[in-house]
Amino acid sequence: MLELFTKIVKTGNRTEPLGDADNEIEMLGQKLDAAIRRKFKGSLAIREVDAGSCNGCELEIIAMSNCYYDLDRFGVHFVPSPRFADMLLVTGPVARNMEMALKMTYEATPGPKLVVAVGDCAANCGVFGKDNYAIAGAVSDIIPVDVVVYGCPPTPADIIHGILAAVEGEVAATGFQYG
Amino acid sequence: MIHEVNTWFAERLSDHGIITSYLEDHHPTHMPCLQVRRLDWTHVAEEARRQDMRMVSLWAAEAGSHDNEALYAYTAFAHPEYRHVLLRTDLNTDDPVLPDISRHYVAAARMERTLQDMFGIRVEGLEDTRRWLKHEHWPEDVHPLRTGFPASTRMGQIEGEYAFLKAEGDGVYEIPVGPVHAGVIEPGHFRFHAVGEDILNMEARLGYVHKGIEKRFEGLTANDGARLAGRISGDSTVAHAWAFAQACENAAYLVVPERAVALRAILCERERIANHIGDIGGVCNDAAFTFMNSQMQRLREEMARVHKDVFGHRLLMDLILPGGVHCDLNGETAMALAENTRALASEVEQLRTIYADHPSIQERVIGSGPVSIEDAKSIGLLGYVGRASGVYADERVEEAYPPYDRLQVRMPQGKFGDVATRVWVRFEEIAESARLICDLLKDIPDGPVITDFVAPEAGISGFNVIEGWRGEIAAWVRFGQNGCIDRYAVRDPSEINWLGLELAVREVPVPDFPLNNKSFNCSYSGNDL
Repeated sequence: MLELFTKIVKTGNRTEPLGDADNEIEMLGQKLDAAIRRKFKGSLAIREVDAGSCNGCELEIIAMSNCYYDLDRFGVHFVPSPRFADMLLVTGPVARNMEMALKMTYEATPGPKLVVAVGDCAANCGVFGKDNYAIAGAVSDIIPVDVVVYGCPPTPADIIHGILAAVEGEVAATGFQYG
Repeated sequence: MIHEVNTWFAERLSDHGIITSYLEDHHPTHMPCLQVRRLDWTHVAEEARRQDMRMVSLWAAEAGSHDNEALYAYTAFAHPEYRHVLLRTDLNTDDPVLPDISRHYVAAARMERTLQDMFGIRVEGLEDTRRWLKHEHWPEDVHPLRTGFPASTRMGQIEGEYAFLKAEGDGVYEIPVGPVHAGVIEPGHFRFHAVGEDILNMEARLGYVHKGIEKRFEGLTANDGARLAGRISGDSTVAHAWAFAQACENAAYLVVPERAVALRAILCERERIANHIGDIGGVCNDAAFTFMNSQMQRLREEMARVHKDVFGHRLLMDLILPGGVHCDLNGETAMALAENTRALASEVEQLRTIYADHPSIQERVIGSGPVSIEDAKSIGLLGYVGRASGVYADERVEEAYPPYDRLQVRMPQGKFGDVATRVWVRFEEIAESARLICDLLKDIPDGPVITDFVAPEAGISGFNVIEGWRGEIAAWVRFGQNGCIDRYAVRDPSEINWLGLELAVREVPVPDFPLNNKSFNCSYSGNDL
């Protein structure tokens, strides 16, 4: 047990501090934090849906929760069901076999139902192509999309950008507001 | 590079009166492709089983435009000493019928179901004829991998239902999970039958992320193919790109510069470490030991950042091409990378002692989800999953393809086959991979990192295996007109290891399923293609 605590102390705080102008994540994080406080009472619940990705995007989405980015500190957390999610983070070209599941997930999500399409595949089917019998289409062909994040895969910083854009654009786009 | 023709299995078969002929248009020669008669198909599998060979893969291909119209079924077996051998048989194109081999190799069953779906091949004697990749809403008579099926076909939807296994009895209940799971993971459906807390049976229903990858390969150049291969399963991008590139190189008899070979192995071992670290963290997280998860995910992020700095991509995508690699190291970066790897390995060792000294996590992992040695051999489990259950197959050791031929890889050998052993194997592999990386970096050969890849003539095929972090990836490529690929068949280790998971979780409490799932961490995308 002593070793565990020693390790924690020695590792120190790796989360990149707020307000560091050289650091993109922190500048972004501050904005995101403010936007989430303003519009979502400080808590943004995200349901991640893999609609057919190669799992590369999932690795980068998981990375957003590691201590360097620590998305939790801005009030962002991943939830296990769409029923209490504010936002869907959708990856992959929508596989024909996932089309129904994606639509059902979208329908089960309460308003404001923000959707961020993450990665080149989600944006335009990427290397797998739209002219493919097994692909139903890009995410926006299946459900309404608010923000598209490009990259193969996009970096955690890119995805945070996308989440921020969706949260900030939300009031203007839908007139929906919390509180 | 040019080996003698491996005639071992052909001789074994001829002892039993099974006539084979050696196919000249297949490379490499030490992994020969033998033509057999269709009526001998099952006997061949029976003989392979008798010789203690494991089944590597099963696939089909229509002859391309270079050949007369024909449909072939292929299978590959591997012997620990006498290595890989491929077998091919002719099928009738109008009414293709293939004898079943799943009674000898249980792992063949899902591959045979895939042949039914994708080629319309009727597998005679196959018990479970339910569709696999083609879900219930697909029209009956579409067979996407037949050449007459245009890749861009838009199909209608039909009504249908998948017939899951049923369980009856007092107190038996079902838990359907998925395809959208609770965590940030890939989609698939698990159907549990449980009594009280314990799982009676788990049936996986996969195919949700089927993206038509094999069809997509048709007509691509080798370079474009490498990009697609790197996205078969994003977490094994290096291993899949390597498997593809080397299959192409084998077909073309191309020798890759030594420096490129060393760099490929460095990338592959770094990928192995990154994934093992992430998964060990995941296993601990599923048992609520969050300290270990935080530490492991931190290490993984640090690796991703190093990869970005040194190689230009956090996940090491698009670095391997047929002919070589698309990256290089100078003396300084090589030294820094070695130093980074050493430091990483020593941190992991330190965390390992904390993990081992923690009864709360040990209680959960020891004895959970065991796979017996007998079962593991029967299925032919691969990678760390196999090595935790007495199947000591590691292509870096057995095939010893370059550069591993000069490195003497030490392979951990476990026998209890539970979560704890799978985690133990992974810790051992991290240490070994770190050693390999440092050895490779110490005397990395000079010279170019890439050479021109010239595609072979139409009809030439190449086979290759690479030990990715999950286990052996088997790749077979055949070239068509204009240097383009006309068929790429690849078998990710997950296709076989999913069966191991289903077996492991029997009698495991439902809440321990995630723990077991993470200790296997099979790819959905790699399975569904």
